[in-house]
Amino acid sequence: MSVLIQEVDFDLAAELLALRAGNSRVGAMVSFVGLVRDFSHDETIESIYLEYYPSMTEKALNKIIDEATTRWNLINVRVIHRIGQLIASDQIVLVATTALHRGEAFAGCEFIIDYLKTAAPFWKKEQTKVGSEWLETRASDVKRMEHWHNDTTGK
Amino acid sequence: MKIKLVYFGRPREHLKVSSEAVDVPAEASTLAALLAWLRLRGDVWAQELADSRVRCAINQEFASLPAAIKDNDEVAIFSPISGG
Repeated sequence: MSVLIQEVDFDLAAELLALRAGNSRVGAMVSFVGLVRDFSHDETIESIYLEYYPSMTEKALNKIIDEATTRWNLINVRVIHRIGQLIASDQIVLVATTALHRGEAFAGCEFIIDYLKTAAPFWKKEQTKVGSEWLETRASDVKRMEHWHNDTTGK
Repeated sequence: MKIKLVYFGRPREHLKVSSEAVDVPAEASTLAALLAWLRLRGDVWAQELADSRVRCAINQEFASLPAAIKDNDEVAIFSPISGG
């Protein structure tokens, strides 16, 4: 289980290889990679800027990972979130999970990214030609997170 | 009561401060009262720190407006989060 918050990019293949290394019980590995889009509200995004709260962000992410691990018997989890200046098509976030079977790996991965969106302290600012704007938590993300409250798997 | 304030996101940018040590009056003993006290600084402070515009944490845990503040706490004030 590990969390990394960094400015530099990550190598998906290398991360996945490391995540399952040395464990032949792993029957499923799922990864989610979030990317920077180049549009928002019909404006072209020139870049985005991300900041975080050192110590609190890691703590919040570890709590989310612990819950997912218990609920779906995950074998291993890797979360990498980038900060600083990013441009369109850049990788922003990686969530990868391993488990005995695909069901647990899929659900655990989705749970972690859904909670990350609504419970991990990151702040994102979009820069367009007309100016910059700090984004706020999206109602659709809150809804996705809340649906897990009604999902009793592993509870 | 001495506390540390840290700012992130929109308030950090608009208030041009990322952290400060402050000595708050005893009556500013909840997040709601602390925000009201900081708004007395006027102008951009009054605007940026409206209850509806900010979220808070005490000692790296999310906290709501009625939450109590103690001596030496680290209080974070930020705009709604938006990661991923």
